[in-house]
Amino acid sequence: MHPEHICERLTRRHFLASGGVNLGAAALAGLWGGSTQAEGTAARSAVGGLEGMPSLPARAKRVIYLFQSGGPSHLDLFDYKPAIKDRLGEDLPASVRMGQRLTGFTKDQPTLPVVPTKFRFAQHGESGAWLSEVLPYTAGVVDDICFVKSVHTEAINHDPARMFLQTGLQLAGRPSMGAWVCYGLGSESRDLPGFLVLLSHGSCKRTPQPVSVRLWGSGFLPSQYQGVKLQPAGDPILYVSNPAGVDRDLQGRSVGAIAQLNRLNADLYGDPEIEARVQQYELAFRMQSSVPELTDLSGESEATFRLYGEESRLRGTYAANCLLARRMVERGVRFIQLYHVGWDHHEDVPRDLTLQCRDTDQATAALLIDLKQRGLLDETLVIWGGEFGRTVFSQGKYTADVYGRDHHGRCFTMWFAGGGIRGGMTYGATDDYGYSVVENPVHVHDVQATILHLLGIDHTRLTYHFQGREFRLTDVHGHVVHDILSGA
Amino acid sequence: MHIDWRTAMILVVLLGHARAGSAEISFNRDIRPILSDKCFACHGPDARAREAELRLDVREEALRVLSPGRPEESELLARVTAGDPDLVMPPRKTHKRITPREAERLREWIAAGAEYEPHWSFLPPRDIAPPPVDSEWVTNDIDRFIMQRLQRLGLQPSPLADRSTLIRRVTLDLTGLPPSPAEVTAFVNDPAPLDEAYERVVDRLLASPRLGEHLAWHWLDAARYGDSDGYESDPLRTMWPWRDWVVEAFNRNLPYDQFIIEQLAGDLLPQPTLRQRIATGFNRNHRLNNEGGILPEEWLVEYVCDRTETTATVFLGLTWGCARCHDHKYDPITQRDYYRLFAFFHNLPEIGNGFGASTAVPMLDVPRLEDLDAFLAVQQEYEPLDREQRAVAEAEDFEPRFQQWLSGLDAAALESLPKELRETPRDKWKDKQLQAAREHYLRHVDPAGRAVEERLAPVRKRSEELLRRGAKIMVMEELSQPRPTHILHRGAYDQPGEEVSMGTPPWLPPMQPDWPRNRLGLALWLVSPEHPLTSRVAVNRFWQLLFGTGLVKTPEDFGLQGEPPSHPELLDWLARRFIARGWDVKGLLKELVMSSTYRQSSVVSPELLERDPANRLLARGARYRLPAAVIRDQALAVSGLLVERMGGPPVKPYQPDGLWQDIIKGRPVYQRDKGEGLYRRSLYTLWRRAVKPPEMTLLDANERDVCTVSLRRTNTPLQALLLLNDVAFVEAARALGTRVLREGPPTDPERIDYACLLVLARPPRAEEQSLLRAELAAAREAYQARPAEAQALVSTGDSTVPQDVPMEELAAYTLVARILLNLDETITRQ
Repeated sequence: MHPEHICERLTRRHFLASGGVNLGAAALAGLWGGSTQAEGTAARSAVGGLEGMPSLPARAKRVIYLFQSGGPSHLDLFDYKPAIKDRLGEDLPASVRMGQRLTGFTKDQPTLPVVPTKFRFAQHGESGAWLSEVLPYTAGVVDDICFVKSVHTEAINHDPARMFLQTGLQLAGRPSMGAWVCYGLGSESRDLPGFLVLLSHGSCKRTPQPVSVRLWGSGFLPSQYQGVKLQPAGDPILYVSNPAGVDRDLQGRSVGAIAQLNRLNADLYGDPEIEARVQQYELAFRMQSSVPELTDLSGESEATFRLYGEESRLRGTYAANCLLARRMVERGVRFIQLYHVGWDHHEDVPRDLTLQCRDTDQATAALLIDLKQRGLLDETLVIWGGEFGRTVFSQGKYTADVYGRDHHGRCFTMWFAGGGIRGGMTYGATDDYGYSVVENPVHVHDVQATILHLLGIDHTRLTYHFQGREFRLTDVHGHVVHDILSGA
Repeated sequence: MHIDWRTAMILVVLLGHARAGSAEISFNRDIRPILSDKCFACHGPDARAREAELRLDVREEALRVLSPGRPEESELLARVTAGDPDLVMPPRKTHKRITPREAERLREWIAAGAEYEPHWSFLPPRDIAPPPVDSEWVTNDIDRFIMQRLQRLGLQPSPLADRSTLIRRVTLDLTGLPPSPAEVTAFVNDPAPLDEAYERVVDRLLASPRLGEHLAWHWLDAARYGDSDGYESDPLRTMWPWRDWVVEAFNRNLPYDQFIIEQLAGDLLPQPTLRQRIATGFNRNHRLNNEGGILPEEWLVEYVCDRTETTATVFLGLTWGCARCHDHKYDPITQRDYYRLFAFFHNLPEIGNGFGASTAVPMLDVPRLEDLDAFLAVQQEYEPLDREQRAVAEAEDFEPRFQQWLSGLDAAALESLPKELRETPRDKWKDKQLQAAREHYLRHVDPAGRAVEERLAPVRKRSEELLRRGAKIMVMEELSQPRPTHILHRGAYDQPGEEVSMGTPPWLPPMQPDWPRNRLGLALWLVSPEHPLTSRVAVNRFWQLLFGTGLVKTPEDFGLQGEPPSHPELLDWLARRFIARGWDVKGLLKELVMSSTYRQSSVVSPELLERDPANRLLARGARYRLPAAVIRDQALAVSGLLVERMGGPPVKPYQPDGLWQDIIKGRPVYQRDKGEGLYRRSLYTLWRRAVKPPEMTLLDANERDVCTVSLRRTNTPLQALLLLNDVAFVEAARALGTRVLREGPPTDPERIDYACLLVLARPPRAEEQSLLRAELAAAREAYQARPAEAQALVSTGDSTVPQDVPMEELAAYTLVARILLNLDETITRQ
């Protein structure tokens, strides 16, 4: 044992002896992510995170990732294609498709009839970004946004495609992006986990595709880096409430007694892991106050609720989650992952897309406005996007107003705003059919490399030794998209 | 590295002599790890990634840069020590470098002739006599190996743990449950010599059915067992009869070679029993994708890859998956080797999609294991009767009788037919309905058929009842016409290359010519005594189970990038002995827990902690947090809530509301069990892969999405919240409080003694006793002032609230019990 360890133990030895609840006063070395018996590959600094990280100038301190799960249609939201306006029902030319594989939904379909979007598009802001009429609020903040229209992925089914974006591999088993970031950078919060997850269910009429807890798992990284999901009902974080009949005083007393008894045993056994356990219990006890404080929206102003929309008063909605995301940013949470499910529009894009946008558009724009007016947007990276786009051709029967679209990985649109992003620009382009990328392709691994870069992490250096080799989020791929960075 | 097997054998012999002579530097210990980690990615087995046409994993090819005996001329040494950033190896972009110490090692090795050795784990375990060690500390041969190393390093082992620590440790390690106070007291007060008393405890534990349940937990991790399909809407499946087979196999001490053979190829054994066919569910435990729009041919490949890689991890301890897309970068596994192993698992009539509970053929209806003997007995009665009835139906005069009856059916007669026939108008009957009508006629109308039916019906009914209590499980079957297997370019299902046949890698011992070229032959190959990996990998995992860390710290990787064994001679000795003693699992476990090494105290001095923080030298007993399942099961056991019923369908204990609804497609509600399902061992908790039981995953239970043999142990605040606040643990605290008040002696100090005995298997020390009494007094005072809160606390959970103990008193004891259940010592094996 290191001498300072012993010293610390001695001075802390009777710290809880009074049995009071004054636990918050303790200066704690082992924070969230600070202790594990499993040996990592690098020494850890006091606030968690790896020595020497961030290794690059960090343009953003934290991330809010607004994951639109199911595959929103780029053709009906962002990627305006006037050239096919009059081509309703024409078979997709073979020269466009080029033998690209289709999913089991449409591979046996005799024709691939093109359906142009039914929505009107217009240009907005100083940047003149094209947007569909279903995104009126986003239209008001386009000058803060960089639209990337040339994202592409190899995956064509939901589960693998989401895993790919979130973990860098289509199959289960790798750590998610949030886990990687917390592993690398540690936490800025003493009282909250560094990686929080929020989930909301869309209004889409078609049964939504579920998301899996694997998406925010820690894979082979120690499990303290896994995302902690806030619950839409009951305890906001699992087990954060005291049992019935135990108030905060009694709970504090018990935690204090556990600490004292543990330290008696530590004196006998000499195992430093015991002290680490004591510290985790103390953090747990602090979370029992900090988590309810985080999720209690009663102190938010009427103006704020109006900004995010009336639904933001309702726990578990996308709007409420956006507001919570801002509160998490204020409290130093490193990686905030939202999922809004219900963007899988095989049957009726116009109907379901309208419903989904009604769920999300206002609150998304409000989040950017709110962060900006609080001076937080500059240091917070906000990401919007799904796991793939949708086909220009209809799946099954169609009319000009009712059409479904199948999964499409060859191109889709994501957008970025905030810390280190050059707002008011569009990057990359697709062909006249919105089928293939024709300019500045951005692969999923490039997206990941760029996100890490903005956080000050060289994506080739954030590695973890497992099964005999160094693993990383971007596998052996990934290029930073420098063109979308501010000041670039 | 295409080392022929015979060459390897010769090398072993030669190297054995060489090692005896001199050689401070060991290639395997000192040099290969450097080359593997720093060089092989570009200068190793993977032909396509190879730079400058230089490979360093084969001596003949490396000679041109080595210059054996003349380090000053060695190009390799010059490059790894070059100051010029453009020349230095490894290149800077790899972020790797050769340290001065490593360079010095390389220099010494080159000076000594730059000899290579085959990788240790690809050579058969050596026949080694336990070293003669003169020490009273030694109980059995295992200790000789441990002691020899400690003596060489000038270290002393620790004294044996005291009796109460020891009985708690060995009971938790072998059964996953704590000892009862009676068991503790009996052992602590046993006047017999320690070894004798301890051996009696060990024998009792090895005979306990709880042993099989505990060992099964770890096997389920390796076999990526789950109760759902694991993708998208995550539908439930019913593989639990396979889980029960595992428990039973451990309990009846099925030899480990047989354990492997039956799971890999039970269906291919001559006249396989139903048990052996159930065992083959092992290879069907992988996840299944039933998402709409998937391409079955793509997923079929994924499933075969999963089987291949699971087999390699579990039995060979190799990272086979790396060779799916390209030759392995470190180990000699070529892409061809990958697909030759793949071919063994490619040959079943599966369809690439389908549901694990109903349509993912091949499948089998099986009874519960506890009903198996009854079912087989019924089948014995059933089969001759069934044959007799078939004979009636197949006789020449049957069909005319049937046709005559058919043509004479009137409306009234039609009404008396089974439902499926009534539902279809007579003129719409097709073959299916006609066959049903024929069956109906045979059983209920035809005089000869009816005569048999009278005896047959009750037997059939019993058989069907037994099957209804059972389940439909996925199993293995072999296609008579092998499905062609191709090397897949970059591992992609739609990019087939050269066709390959089933086969084992050329750098391991060959399959015997008389073994079948199928899964059975593969299983026989794995358990052949000359196989260098299977036995080592197995004993290492059992070691990990009892010592917390394997002799090889990377149980999933015995390859070049895995960690070499801490005690290579001991590993080899154990592996050979395991085989020689007939792969006797209980025998192995007994030998391990009888050793002094196992029985050492886990108290550690600051000096030893500094010297050996991870306890690789084993100069002390292991101390680590208990696995998730053991923490929960222990709480149930010490509180008296545990229901020890074995086997059967999974159960649904407490879970916070809304978890399934929020995640799983269709937003199903988790309907938790009432009564006994809340208190079964965690082994029987429903493992739904989309939302795993949080009380397990928060405590680092493996996810079981893919095969996992390594262990994670973290320490997080979420664990503290779970153990402090979850209804299951609070209910256990209340039940423990009740138990202490009811069973315990009348005074507070005695009751606290009893509670500690239940939870920690020891009485409290004086300081602990006074601290706990202070907590009890404070809680008592609080609850006497606020009876409503006492009522709320003691009403936690479903189990009956006792009426015979004062509520405030019970609430106070509940809080003290909760403190005990949350102690580091309680959730630690020490």
